Amino acid sequence: MRDVHGRVAALVFALGLILAGATVAHAGPYEDALAKFTEGSLSDTGDGINGVAVSGNPLAERVLAALKDGRLMFSAEKKTVYIQAKNGKLFDAFTGKPFTGKPPDDIDNVIVNNRLRNVIDADLGALTLMSRNSNRRFDAAQAVFRSRDLSVLPNVEKALAEETDPRTKRALEQARAAILLYDAKSSAADKIAATAVIGDRGDQDSLGLLDGLPPDLPPAVHAAVAAARASIAHTLALWNGVQNAWYGLSLGSVLLLAAIGLAITFGVMGVINMAHGEMVMLGAYVTFVVQQAIRAYDPNLFDYSLAIALPLAFAVAGGVGIVIERTIIRFLYGRPLETLLATWGLSLILQQTVRTIFGPTNEDVGNPSWMSGAFDFGGITITYNRLWIVCFAFAVFLALLAILRYTRFGLEMRAVTQNRPMAASMGIRTGRVDALTFGLGSAIAGIAGVALSQIDNVSPNLGQGYIIDSFMVVVFGGVGNLWGTAVGALTLGIANKFLEPYAGAVLGKIAVLILIILFIQKRPRGMFALKGRTVEA
Amino acid sequence: MTRHLLIRSLDRGAVTFVIVVAALAIIVPVLNLATPASSALHLPTYLVALFGKYACYALLALSIDLIWGYCGILSLGHGAFFALGGYAMGMYLMRQIGTRGIYANPILPDFMVFLNWKALPVYWYGFQWFPYALLMIFVVPGALAFVFGWFAFRSRVSGVYLSIITQALTYALMLGFFRNNFGFGGNNGLTDFKDLLGFNVQAETTRNALFSISCLAVVLAFLLCRVVIASKFGKVLVAIRDAEARARFLGYRVESYKLFVFTLSACMAGLAGALYVPQVGIINPSEFAPGNSIEAVIWVAVGGRGTLVGAALGAVAVNYAKTFFTGGMLAPYWLFVLGGLFVVVTLLLPRGIVSTLRHWTALQRDGASAAAEDGVAEPLPAG
Amino acid sequence: MEPLTSALLYLDGVTVSFDGFKALNNLSFAIAPGEMRAIIGPNGAGKTTMMDVVTGKTRPDAGEVLFDGRHNLTRLDETEVAALGIGRKFQKPTVFDNHTVSDNIELALKADRRARAALVWRETAEERRRVDELLEIICLAAARDRLAASLSHGQKQWLEIGMLLAQDPKLLLVDEPVAGMTDTETRQTAELLRAINREHTVVVVEHDMAFVRELGVKVTCLHEGAVLAEGTIDQVSTNKRVVEVYLGR
Repeated sequence: MRDVHGRVAALVFALGLILAGATVAHAGPYEDALAKFTEGSLSDTGDGINGVAVSGNPLAERVLAALKDGRLMFSAEKKTVYIQAKNGKLFDAFTGKPFTGKPPDDIDNVIVNNRLRNVIDADLGALTLMSRNSNRRFDAAQAVFRSRDLSVLPNVEKALAEETDPRTKRALEQARAAILLYDAKSSAADKIAATAVIGDRGDQDSLGLLDGLPPDLPPAVHAAVAAARASIAHTLALWNGVQNAWYGLSLGSVLLLAAIGLAITFGVMGVINMAHGEMVMLGAYVTFVVQQAIRAYDPNLFDYSLAIALPLAFAVAGGVGIVIERTIIRFLYGRPLETLLATWGLSLILQQTVRTIFGPTNEDVGNPSWMSGAFDFGGITITYNRLWIVCFAFAVFLALLAILRYTRFGLEMRAVTQNRPMAASMGIRTGRVDALTFGLGSAIAGIAGVALSQIDNVSPNLGQGYIIDSFMVVVFGGVGNLWGTAVGALTLGIANKFLEPYAGAVLGKIAVLILIILFIQKRPRGMFALKGRTVEA
Repeated sequence: MTRHLLIRSLDRGAVTFVIVVAALAIIVPVLNLATPASSALHLPTYLVALFGKYACYALLALSIDLIWGYCGILSLGHGAFFALGGYAMGMYLMRQIGTRGIYANPILPDFMVFLNWKALPVYWYGFQWFPYALLMIFVVPGALAFVFGWFAFRSRVSGVYLSIITQALTYALMLGFFRNNFGFGGNNGLTDFKDLLGFNVQAETTRNALFSISCLAVVLAFLLCRVVIASKFGKVLVAIRDAEARARFLGYRVESYKLFVFTLSACMAGLAGALYVPQVGIINPSEFAPGNSIEAVIWVAVGGRGTLVGAALGAVAVNYAKTFFTGGMLAPYWLFVLGGLFVVVTLLLPRGIVSTLRHWTALQRDGASAAAEDGVAEPLPAG
Repeated sequence: MEPLTSALLYLDGVTVSFDGFKALNNLSFAIAPGEMRAIIGPNGAGKTTMMDVVTGKTRPDAGEVLFDGRHNLTRLDETEVAALGIGRKFQKPTVFDNHTVSDNIELALKADRRARAALVWRETAEERRRVDELLEIICLAAARDRLAASLSHGQKQWLEIGMLLAQDPKLLLVDEPVAGMTDTETRQTAELLRAINREHTVVVVEHDMAFVRELGVKVTCLHEGAVLAEGTIDQVSTNKRVVEVYLGR
């Protein structure tokens, strides 16, 4: 029964179509092409896409963009095509004017498949080649480079002739080269010239393009392609090195963030704080709590969550640090091994406390919008959260240096660590300085936790993952020397990332640990050790 | 000569300790095997296995006390030697499974078949012979300790630096053993053991025998430690602990003394691990976790470092508490207790329980001479 | 090997710098066998650093340190230097607090220092006699079974000197032996050192001028890591430059 109804409907539909086709015929190439979208078959839609693209109608770009996003609607019955704006409003595709009145009952999306999407991309690329915005022209040229659609060649040539922006001009040349290289009819000389252009581009896409060439090339072209491939491989290796360096820098800045507070408590005061990692963990949980509060009360503030969390984490971790110093650590000065054990015990207590309150699972800490996403830099992709953490680590480092060097507190701190009895007799309250110094080290760990919450799992075990690495950084860099800590962190970070490709992540880490163990044997006091009698005392 | 040393090394506390442990080695199996299950005196088998575990921990604690209490070397990586001894025993036990494994491969352990390995790695050769495995139980941890110590002590890495790098050492080993291609069963470690010297490891009699052997090992290790400490070598160790520079300027080669005692201690830890593995039935990389090693240090601190008896008792006491807490409703609070123990012992009981008791009794008699007998009752343990 | 010099201890052009600060600056002097020498100088003159260099604790950046005319001390570490027969007493008395007084002496007695020898060592009658004798010399025979920790400051200084004697070194380096001692103890110490000097070569570093005068030996005055003046105590204390350094310009 249903089947019969369907056939009847189709028949009526076909009839109507012929009639409608007759009415709109010869209205112009754009309108003709647009009408194809009402046919409903994929091959008609394909014709429609190409027709619209070459029509030169100013609406063409909007239509194709809408089609790509599935926002092009049609009514088979009324032979009309609509552009649906992102807010849901309909526009008449023939005139571009807003559509008023009741949409037809049979209104539906124009269906496209992946093959057609590629066609749309290429056509859109060709269309936007003439855009007024140079960034859009550049993107369009890139799209053509990837699609290397022969039909766009005239557009590319035309755009190239008019282009003034050097970056876009280069992209267009590369796009033309890509098209010519794959055009069976272009001459060998053209192809060799094109190969050179592609070779200069030198990224993974270019290599893919050359790899995809058919094997039956003229020998001269073949040689040129081989040379270009070698040159690209070289460029890629170079960028690969840059990428490793960037990853290393990123890891190094994470290590620096984790270790810098330790550089104060261990490096300056000589206190072994095994609960240091838990201060980082507290900072991360402060971030989580702040974000929960924002989600509950005012989601608009989410982008400011880290800015709000920073001072809170500083205060919370610093406060906990001061309490620990006053109640436990101050009774253990001069007994480093006992300090180590007591603070380890503290770390267990802090972990278990957090586990009891928040549960043992990972908490969901989100990235604010300015920390999500990535951008391309040359041949590598840089994510914003990593970039910000690198900046943040160095900002914290410099701020700490400034505090130690230029503030009264920094002066008192250095005085107490260098000669306690003398500092005391000069009227410095050494107990207070100890507490504040330890508090400062802990507070810095806390703000490190805010940053690390953006790239790591926030769980009660967060701190455990950093404690050994942090100690390695401080010991490697040289105890009591902040610059040593920075250099140590970056060296270890970069060494780790350069070893990884050869040894794998875990073995790379083991190798670094063993290297440090050997290094400490060689220079027991680190890279930048202080010399002289004061060290022994 | 040795008899002379042995006699000199034993005081009343030490004799009592040896007698008690030896008596336990006999009484526990008797109560388990010779009494009917209905008897009030009957000791269930699971408790025998538990006590056996405690004995292994006591042995590990002795090994830590030997270097920390008497030579001031705080190793935060002794769990690594313990685990290596355990792996050596585990490898022997794996080879004994033979065709009884899931894949019934006569040579390759199940996990290797599972990973599609075709041949046994070279370092697994020989482990089917118990004497070889027994040798490796001492040689592997001992060799690692020797090489590590040779570098560390010669470069005068000491104090917290040494502690931190021993911790890094066990951490690196843990990461390594977690990897499948290391050839030690990766994550899951070695397990599903069947036989030890032809005896079923699950059998009641085997469990009792393992318990008694563990007690015997504790007694022997204890006596060995006492002999070492009572000798001039032991006096030099304490001298190094208290004034390393003085010992050097007197012409003692400090690094040789440290290296010897560190290696000896690692061998003891290895033995402890080897006895531990058949009793718990598994060895996996988490035994290398830095936390385990630090926990072992706190057993010694609780009992009293530099007392040996205290270290062994501390290990049993802390682990009994752990069993008590983690077994029931109180499980979430165990880490609070353990963490609190670290803090309270270091702050309020820096000598540990046994030393504190000795100190009090010594004060009640005439102070100095009583403390002198021991030779190590410290006024205050310096870092 | 032929001795290169007749001096027991010979320093030539020794320079040590810590992060740019020159603790010793081209320091040269010689100690004859059997001599007792007092070394004086204000704080930071390099007295302790000089001892560190001689005993192998600090490696000099430049210069030569010869012992007995044939041993280059700059290449040896503390243990090797001690084995050659150089004993050192620290500025702060350093004894083994948790050993008895007699154990302290016993550990210092000349013997095989190797670990395996120590494991099987047993006290001989000769060693026992030697310990008794030394305890008499340093007036601690009555305290032989007490822990070293329970001794007074002065007694610890003496115990440490006793340990040096037990080593039976060719050369004793004594750093501020009378710091913190009463006048009587100071006089007794001076006597003790003179007695020791009958058989041993001694270098004493001291601040206390009265004590140095009491010793009545040749004096070397250091300043800023180099020798400022050398001679009898009277010559040195009237030297214009020494007076300048000590009293300020």
